[in-house]
Amino acid sequence: MSRLPVAKTYKIYIGGKFPRTESGRYIALEDRKGRVIANICRGSRKDFRNAVVAARKAQAGWAAASAYLRGQVLYRVAEMLEGRRDQFIAELRQQGAAPRTAAREVDRSIDRLIYFAGWADKYQQVFSAVNPVSSSHFNFSVLEPTGVISILAPDDTSLLGLVSNVAPAIAGGNTCVVLASETQPLCAVSFAEVLHASDVPGGVVNILTGLRSELTEHFASHMDVNAVVWCDGGRKTAETVQDLAAENMKRVVRRTRVDWSKEDAQDPYLIRETQEVKTTWHPIGT
Amino acid sequence: MTALKIVDSTRLPDLGRVPAVDEVGVDERVARFQSRSIKTSSKVEALKLILSMIDLTTLEGQDTPGKVRQLCQKAIHLHDAMPGLPHVAAVCVYPTMVHVARQTLEGYDIKVASVATAFPSGQSNLDVKLEDTRRAVAAGADEIDMVISRGAFLAGDYRYVFDEIRAVREACGEAHLKVILETGELGTLDRVRRASVLAMHAGADFIKTSTGKIQPAATMQVTLVMLQAIRDYYRETGRMVGMKPAGGISSAKLAIHYLVMLRETLGNAWLTPAWFRFGASSLANDVLMQIMKQSTGVYQSADYFSKD
Amino acid sequence: MATPENKLAFDGGWEYAPAPESTDHVRIAKRYGLFIDNEFVSPQSGRYFDTINPATEAKLSRVAQAGEADVDKAVRAAREAYRKTWSKMKPAERGKYIFRIARIIQERAREFSVVESLDGGKPIRESRDIDIPLAAAHFFYYAGWADKLEYAFPGRKPRPLGVAGQVIPWNFPLLMAAWKLAPALACGNTVVLKPAETTPLTALKLAEVVRDAGLPPGVVNIVTGAGATGAALVGHPDVDKVAFTGSTAVGKLIMRALAGSTKKYTLELGGKAANIIFADAAIDQAVEGIVNGIFFNQGHVCCAGSRLFVQESVAEEVIEKLKERMETLIVGDPMDKNTDIGAINSKMQLEKIESYLQVGKKEGGNMYQSSCRVPKKGYWCRPTLFTGVSQSNRIVQEEIFGPVLAIQTFRRFDEAIAKANNTPYGLSGGVWTDKGAKIFKMTQSMRAGVIWANTFNKFDPTSPFGGYKESGVGREGGLHGLDAYLDLGAAR
Repeated sequence: MSRLPVAKTYKIYIGGKFPRTESGRYIALEDRKGRVIANICRGSRKDFRNAVVAARKAQAGWAAASAYLRGQVLYRVAEMLEGRRDQFIAELRQQGAAPRTAAREVDRSIDRLIYFAGWADKYQQVFSAVNPVSSSHFNFSVLEPTGVISILAPDDTSLLGLVSNVAPAIAGGNTCVVLASETQPLCAVSFAEVLHASDVPGGVVNILTGLRSELTEHFASHMDVNAVVWCDGGRKTAETVQDLAAENMKRVVRRTRVDWSKEDAQDPYLIRETQEVKTTWHPIGT
Repeated sequence: MTALKIVDSTRLPDLGRVPAVDEVGVDERVARFQSRSIKTSSKVEALKLILSMIDLTTLEGQDTPGKVRQLCQKAIHLHDAMPGLPHVAAVCVYPTMVHVARQTLEGYDIKVASVATAFPSGQSNLDVKLEDTRRAVAAGADEIDMVISRGAFLAGDYRYVFDEIRAVREACGEAHLKVILETGELGTLDRVRRASVLAMHAGADFIKTSTGKIQPAATMQVTLVMLQAIRDYYRETGRMVGMKPAGGISSAKLAIHYLVMLRETLGNAWLTPAWFRFGASSLANDVLMQIMKQSTGVYQSADYFSKD
Repeated sequence: MATPENKLAFDGGWEYAPAPESTDHVRIAKRYGLFIDNEFVSPQSGRYFDTINPATEAKLSRVAQAGEADVDKAVRAAREAYRKTWSKMKPAERGKYIFRIARIIQERAREFSVVESLDGGKPIRESRDIDIPLAAAHFFYYAGWADKLEYAFPGRKPRPLGVAGQVIPWNFPLLMAAWKLAPALACGNTVVLKPAETTPLTALKLAEVVRDAGLPPGVVNIVTGAGATGAALVGHPDVDKVAFTGSTAVGKLIMRALAGSTKKYTLELGGKAANIIFADAAIDQAVEGIVNGIFFNQGHVCCAGSRLFVQESVAEEVIEKLKERMETLIVGDPMDKNTDIGAINSKMQLEKIESYLQVGKKEGGNMYQSSCRVPKKGYWCRPTLFTGVSQSNRIVQEEIFGPVLAIQTFRRFDEAIAKANNTPYGLSGGVWTDKGAKIFKMTQSMRAGVIWANTFNKFDPTSPFGGYKESGVGREGGLHGLDAYLDLGAAR
């Protein structure tokens, strides 16, 4: 008789831990034939609140980590993902992807992590400036992380889209709370395990699964979130997100209609979009 | 509340407590003084005040009794064509010329000031400096302008500098002591501030920027730092100390900027020759020309003002 | 410490005689229309409003009030100009027009200074030495960018956005117009600018400069009016970019109004900056920095250092020195060259400031004001400080936009940082210490867009300006200020 496989419980990822949703509710994820693959946590606004607390707590430490270290941590994430390549391909296939598509998405996700790992200690040099002011002052502008970022990850390219938005955020010293693809959430949860097994400090990346319709307004309105990145939706979403974000002047980053599977869907401007420019003046004298 | 704290003049002040000075900030403050616009009656009043604050100076190797007598005549008769002018505060000369100045100024309320202590370098032994001082006082000097030992100061021997000033102070007897820091050799405003504190605690009646023999001589920047040191010393001890910028102040306009700075830093109590002097040789005539211009409305020529 | 015997006296004795800047070379028209297509035109609304001199309450001119139809006309003009001339022009040529504007402002600097001070109440010294030269410098700086934009954004091919709608405040009228217009034009956009209701005159003088510089009609349009005019401009469907400087409350309204549209926006909003003095600071320069931080431009400065934090061991000394320094500040006629603090910009603003003084006193703060005399007519506020206040007090939390300083003490470094960042704002901050390592620790820890270390309230065209958090979105000035007026496209 064949062995009964052990099914995986997909949980959410908050503050370096894998709790179940506090709501106790779940979404039954089905394959094309209607068979239940997994029960996915239906993350609630309270889960989101907890995740923001975790992200805020981790923020100062992660921002203070050296650029070199952030690059190394991202590289480590890529290494760990590479090691679990087959698992991710399998999950993508479970959710309906063709074998070659699934493999390409995982490979590209790994490469994208490496890409941003490499940027961690370079974007500052590209986007900073020494400003030649006309008074006797030394004046320079550098980038600093915006802070805590909420990310509504793209629904398709469920792994690559997630990676493409999380990597630039954390490469730049931000911490984030991500809402995973609603229809294909498996890889996001497994990716959380990869993060956990890498050297990413708890709270730097927090991943929720759940319904976009329930959570979007909280992602946009939470007063302790500094920027909101959103990847799917039209005018209605644009309106809701910006309207709610205005209350604390969140930076609103719209990344709709991006084909993340393209090789060139990456650049350091993705890092810059969640950075603040800080300008410092100091007299030059004796 | 204590009005006057007794200052133990044998104790070296704690220079570690002297606040830092930021050069660019000082420049900016000075620029603000320079942007004050002094017009009409206010200008005339300032010009007359400046005249009364001048230490008319000759300090040259070629000085002779004849030259000093001429200078004293200028001090007495600034511009007799114009009545109602004040006379200068003092005539400042080398020790060998003190008796000449004393004689010539007899009967006038003009002080005789003498440089001393191996002016301008100060590179001599303490007993020579003290003797230099005593002789100048004996010859009739009302005021002694000493130089500090910059070498010792820059080498960090504050105790030596402090004790030397105290010794000269004692040698002065009744004469007022002005302590020249020679700020052009101190290099930074931080040192100017520390040297000011040292001099005041050692008993200086006045602190003075320069000998006039070293560039830069007086600047508004160093003067501001010294005025602020005077203010803090006053705040701490209740004792007023005077200020004398010297060297390089030759235009009335610049002198007015100094007055503005004085007024806005130390207030009205210092706006008198008793507490503020200009060490200058050619300033008086420019001030006179400006006063004349104010009263006649006509721009003046140097040919109409006596040069001594 | 100071006792009654050794306090300094600054009144009486030698005083400065009045030194008024002459105004006879300046012509202000009785009435100004809207500047559309390089011509001054009557508003379709048919309505005008008075602009007054806040120092005398005398009427200076009447200015057109643009209604929706007028705004629409201006936006159409800008669109036409964008389509037909400005976007097609060689970038280097575009730059030359902007250089011309800079030069003409320099030539007419004195006139601009006088008008700025008459209309806005700021001291002539500031208009003359700061506002107007900086405005010219801003045009000069951005003019040179016009044909070099691709060097600012590696890997991208920047393109203009189209028509920019810009709404500016009353605290630096011409300078803010320059901050808005110069980068917008250099990047190839056309503009409809709305100056503030209480200070429209220098913008209208600038319209003359634009015309005299020979810019193609419609490239710069200036519509005057109040909040409704601004709202019409911001909400106009054919505006591609909105730039606003003003209060955080209005900034939020604008951000909401733009929700759902693809309009790009930059917002420069309020602030409540912390100015932190450590015991090892250059105290006398720090006192100057405090004065400059809060009393510059009557405190009508979004980045004003309105929250002072002094380390306890030097607090008494710093406050004493500050009070003495306040005694030497000359408050009064903005046209006098010796005036340090001019008129409060409007009656409404004065009432707001005065209400905060009441709030401060009611909250238990100790209020101190300098003893200066102020004129009978006009709107005035003596330089004011409050001690004995804390982060819990409204005058510490809210932007007053007047010459009112709230002073708190601190003991440790981390305490100073925590309190400095304990605000929804994040525009600017100041730190004073003689220790280099501490400066960097502080400047890195303060959550604000502009940090002045051992200085305060410095501005330069090359230096980016803008806030974190609720102080706004985007930067103005420097290379980073170009971003706001360009479509960078996407590699992705």
